[in-house]
Amino acid sequence: MASTQINPTRMELNRLKKKKVTAIKGHKLLKDKRDELMRQYLDLVRENMALREKVEAGILSANKNFVIAKAGMSGAALNTALMAPKQEVNLGVGEKNVMSVNVPTFEYQTRTADTNDIYSYGFAFTSSDLDGAVKSLADILPDMLRLAEIEKGCQMMAAEIEKTRRRVNALEHVIIPETETNIKFITMKLDENDRSTTVRLMKVKDMMLEEAHGYSKK
Amino acid sequence: MYKIAVMGDYDSIYGFATLGLSIVPVSTPEEAKEKLHQLAGGQYGIIYITEAVAAELTREIEKYQEQITPSIILIPGVSGNTGAGVQGVKATVEQAVGSDILFSN
Repeated sequence: MASTQINPTRMELNRLKKKKVTAIKGHKLLKDKRDELMRQYLDLVRENMALREKVEAGILSANKNFVIAKAGMSGAALNTALMAPKQEVNLGVGEKNVMSVNVPTFEYQTRTADTNDIYSYGFAFTSSDLDGAVKSLADILPDMLRLAEIEKGCQMMAAEIEKTRRRVNALEHVIIPETETNIKFITMKLDENDRSTTVRLMKVKDMMLEEAHGYSKK
Repeated sequence: MYKIAVMGDYDSIYGFATLGLSIVPVSTPEEAKEKLHQLAGGQYGIIYITEAVAAELTREIEKYQEQITPSIILIPGVSGNTGAGVQGVKATVEQAVGSDILFSN
């Protein structure tokens, strides 16, 4: 649609032709990017869902264990037992570039290397249910961290896919057709100008011949 | 080095303290909002939030979705699973694909 005024000049025509070539190239690249992002995203999101279900089930059962543990102990004793955590988690955040989307990668380090070193209390005054509860929570921690990494990646990739899809559609349905119509308009206009110039010249020639030598047509 | 925080009602999260995660008990949405901004601005790479608390903070959580850190992850609380976390995953599929083609059944 030639909605805006365009100048029917050769310069404009060249500019538009270049624009069309760029737009087509860009469209192809963006389409490839979208397809590849989508492929990777679908793999990731499936893993995300599976992991989420696993983590949610794990947390639910851990919560149950904690409720049971709490039932068998006094609140004060429980608070005292958990007051000073022994373990500490340090998180290293890196970045991974997936098709120009920077997704985070998490690495974690615990203060002590021993993964069983999680009980911040002596065993004398606590119920054994609490040990089980703490252990069940510790077991799902690696999955929780992996979930955080994957889910964040999924969110960021989804946003990027949406953006790319919009760009692809805009190029395909707006920019490229618009440029094509404009190119057509200019070519037609230039051709029309050519023809009118030719006719004008023929007419002038006839008039000059008539004037100089008294020739007339026929 | 980043740290990990767990936010929610105290009963749902106190266990995480034993693992070395920072627990942030909150009771009102306003308090949660304020704490979330504090945590996100600080040295926290991952913030786990219970679904019940997160339901009050959807707008705040969305704001951090496009940043690399923090990664805000919903977890079920002690009162049970509301399905908000799974719903969140479905929402990203919808955003990326246009409709939920993977988990709609």
